[in-house]
Amino acid sequence: MTRKQRRLVLIGSGLCVLAVAVALMLNAFRDSIVFFNSPTDVAEKHIAAGTRIRLGGLVKSGSLTRSDNLKVRFEVTDGSHDIVVAYQGVLPDLFREGQGVIAEGTLEGSGMFNADTILAKHDETYMPKEVAEALKKSGHWKDDYGQRPATVGGGGK
Amino acid sequence: MIAELGHYALMLALGLALIQASMPIIGARNNDPVLINVAVPAALAQFVFVALSFGALAACYVTSDFSVLNVYENSNSAMPLIYRLTSVWGNHEGSMMLWVFILALFGALVAAFGGNLPDKLKADALGVQAWIAAAFELFILMTSNPFLRIADAPFEGRDLNPILQDPGLAFHPPFLYLGYVGFSIAFSFAIAALIEGRIDAAWARWVRPWVLVAWMCLTVGIAGGSYWAYYELGWGGFWFWDPVENASLMPWLAGTALLHSAVVMEKRGALKVWTILLAILAFSLSLIGTFLVRSGVLTSVHVFATDPRRGIFILAILVLFIGGALALYAWRAPLLKQGGLFAPISREGALVLNNLFLTCACATVFVGTLYPLALEALTGEKISVGPPYFNATFAPLFVPLLFIMPFGPLLGWKRGDLLGAAQRLILAAMLAAVAIAAGFALNRGGPVLAPFGVGLAVFVMAGAITDIAERTMILRVPFAVTLRRAAGLPRSVWGGAVAHFGIGATLVGIVVVTAWGSERIAAMKPGDTIDIAHYRLSLDAMFRRPGPNFSDLVGHFTVSRISGELRGPMEPSRRSFPSRNMATTEAALMTRRLSQIYLSIGDPNPGGTIPVRIYYKPQVLLIWIGALLMFIGGALSLSDRRLRVGAPRPARVPATLQAAE
Repeated sequence: MTRKQRRLVLIGSGLCVLAVAVALMLNAFRDSIVFFNSPTDVAEKHIAAGTRIRLGGLVKSGSLTRSDNLKVRFEVTDGSHDIVVAYQGVLPDLFREGQGVIAEGTLEGSGMFNADTILAKHDETYMPKEVAEALKKSGHWKDDYGQRPATVGGGGK
Repeated sequence: MIAELGHYALMLALGLALIQASMPIIGARNNDPVLINVAVPAALAQFVFVALSFGALAACYVTSDFSVLNVYENSNSAMPLIYRLTSVWGNHEGSMMLWVFILALFGALVAAFGGNLPDKLKADALGVQAWIAAAFELFILMTSNPFLRIADAPFEGRDLNPILQDPGLAFHPPFLYLGYVGFSIAFSFAIAALIEGRIDAAWARWVRPWVLVAWMCLTVGIAGGSYWAYYELGWGGFWFWDPVENASLMPWLAGTALLHSAVVMEKRGALKVWTILLAILAFSLSLIGTFLVRSGVLTSVHVFATDPRRGIFILAILVLFIGGALALYAWRAPLLKQGGLFAPISREGALVLNNLFLTCACATVFVGTLYPLALEALTGEKISVGPPYFNATFAPLFVPLLFIMPFGPLLGWKRGDLLGAAQRLILAAMLAAVAIAAGFALNRGGPVLAPFGVGLAVFVMAGAITDIAERTMILRVPFAVTLRRAAGLPRSVWGGAVAHFGIGATLVGIVVVTAWGSERIAAMKPGDTIDIAHYRLSLDAMFRRPGPNFSDLVGHFTVSRISGELRGPMEPSRRSFPSRNMATTEAALMTRRLSQIYLSIGDPNPGGTIPVRIYYKPQVLLIWIGALLMFIGGALSLSDRRLRVGAPRPARVPATLQAAE
C-alpha cells in the first residue's frame, strides 16, 4: 500500500467509528432525555400521561403521609400549583418537609405523579438550582433562601 | 499569625510563578543561558512557598484556629485529627490550595529530575507549567482566599459536611488531583514542543512516565471515589453517571488514549501530531472537570458555594488555556514532521483503533455531560441526561475496544499477522465460550446480554495471560527457560498485561453485580427476619450509641445462611450530627470472598419500624480490585528501567531514530 492509501484507511476507519458514535448519541438522545418541570409547568403544558419527567419544587409542609410497605405520599408545590407525588421506598437522608426536592417519574391520568426516584442532592443550606430558579420564576422565592451561609461544604470528587 | 504567613507565602509563590512563566521562555527564544537557567530554581522555590502556604492552612486546621473563616466553616474541635486534616480539602478554598500544591509539586519534580532533558525544552515546559500555576494562584488570592480572618473569633467551628467525614475522603481527592494535575506536565511539554516547532520520539519517552503517574493516580482516585459513594451514600451504587463523575472519567479516557499513542510515538516515531493533541485534550478535560465541579453550574454533592465570580474566573482560565493551546496547535502542528509508516494491520494499527474508540467514547460522555448545560444556557429548557443515555452510547463503543484489546499486544510492529494472533488467542476464545455457556446455565432471569459480558471479560483476561505465555513460550520450552524468559521480559510488558487483566476483572464485577445482584426494601421492627439471595437477616435490636461529634441509631442484625449456618452480626446506623442538624446513612457491609451483603437503614417510621435496604452484591469487589490491578500494572511499567534511564542524550536522538526506521 502506498502512503496515501494507508492514510485513507486510517481516516476512513476514524470516520466510521465517529459516525457510529454520533448515531448512538442521536439515538440515545431521542429516548433518554428527561425534562425538568415545576408544578406550574405541569399544569400549563399539558404533559401527556406516561411521559418521563423530573418534577421539582418544595415539599409542602404537613403533606407527607406514610403507609405500609414504605409507601409515601407528599405534595410538591411551587406556591401556585400543587401536585401529589406517590413513591415507594426509602426517602433520601436530606428529604424534609418545606425543603426543595426533585422527583423523577411519570404523570398518571388522574394527575398524580408516580415517582421512582427522589433526589435531594443538597444539604440543609442548599436548594437544588432548578428548584430555586423555578421558585423565582413563580414569584415564591423567599429571600432568606439566598441569604443562607455561603459555604455549604461538599466533597472533592 | 500562621494564617498571615500562609497568605504571604502564596503571594510570593505567585511572584515566583510569574518570573518562572516569563524569563525561561524569553531566554529560550534568545538563546540566553542565564535566563534559561532561571527555570529550575524558580520552580523549586515556587514549590517551597506553595508548600509553606498549604502547610500553614493545614496547621490552622490541626490547631482548630476558628479565627480563620475557612476553618470555622468547615471544621470542629470535636472531630478526630484525621478529619481535621482532611477537611483542609473538603471545601472550595482548601481544595484549590491542594490543586496548586500538587501543580507546584509536579513542577518541582520535573525541575529536580529533568536532568537529561534538553535545556530549552525544559525551560519552555516549566514556563508553561508556571502560567497554569500563576493563573490558579491568582484565582485563589482574588476569589477564594482561605486565610480570611473573622474579627470576633467564634468558640466552636461549624463542622465538616458529615458525608465527608470518612476515611475515603482522606485519599480520594488527593489522588484525583494528582491525576488531573499530572496531565499538566504532558500539556506543558506539548506546548513547549509546539513553541519549539520540533518534536521527536525522545519527547514521548520523557513525557510517558509523567502521563503514566497521572493515569495511575487518576485510576485509583476514580475507583476510590466510586467505592466511597458505594458505601457512604447508602444506596449501593458504584457509578451514577453523575456529571461530576463524568468530569473525572473524561480525562481518564483521554489519558488512557494518550498513554497508548505515546507508546507508538516512542517506539515508531508515528502519530506525533495526534499525541500532541491528546496531551492538550487530556489536560483540557481536567480543567473542564475542575470548572464543572468548582463553578457551581451543576447540582451535586460536590458543588461548593456558588459564587458567580469564581465560575467566571475559572471559565476565563479555561478559555485562555484551552483556546490558546488549540490555537497554537492549529498554527504550529503542521510544522511537525511526519513519522514512520505502518500497515493497517499492525501493533500501531491496533493502537490507533484503541485511540479511536477511547476518544469517541470520551466524546459521547462529553456531549452527554455538557449538552444539558448548553441547552439551558441557550434555551432555558432544563433537561437531565441520565444513565440510559450513557449505557446506550458508552457501552457499544467499549465492547469493540475490549474485543480488540487482546489482539494488540500479539501483533507485530509495522506489519502484523492477524491470522497468527487469532490462532494464539484460540485458547482464550474457548475459555470465553465456556464462560458464556456457564453464564447461560446459571442465568436465572438475568439479562440475556450478561453472559456475553462475562465472556468478553474472560476473553480480555485470558488474552492478557496469553500475551505473557507467548512471550515466555510456556509449555513449549523447558520450564527453566520459561522462567528465564519471564524474568527477562521488560517490566512494561508485565505492566501492560496486568493492567489489561485488571480491565477484564473490573468488567466481570460490573456485569455480574448489575445482572445478578438482588435488592430488598422492607420496613422492619426488632424480631423480624428477611431473606436475600441465600442469606437470612434478622433484626435483633435497635439502640443509640454516642460518638465524638455525632450519635448513632444502630440496628443490630444477625446474618446466617438460609440453611442455618451463622455468619455474624451487621450494624448499619443512622448517624446524626447535631452541629449541622444533618443525618447520614452508615451502611454495613459483610464481605464473603468477592461478594458483599450491603445493609442500610433509614429514619424510623412512627409505627416503630425502620426502613431497611438490603442488597446482595455478587463479585462486587472485583470492580475495585480490577482498578487496583490497573494501578499495579502502571507501577510495573513505571519501574521499567528503559523509562528511568533509557532517555538518550539529546544530541544523539535524531540519529538513533533514523537508524531505527
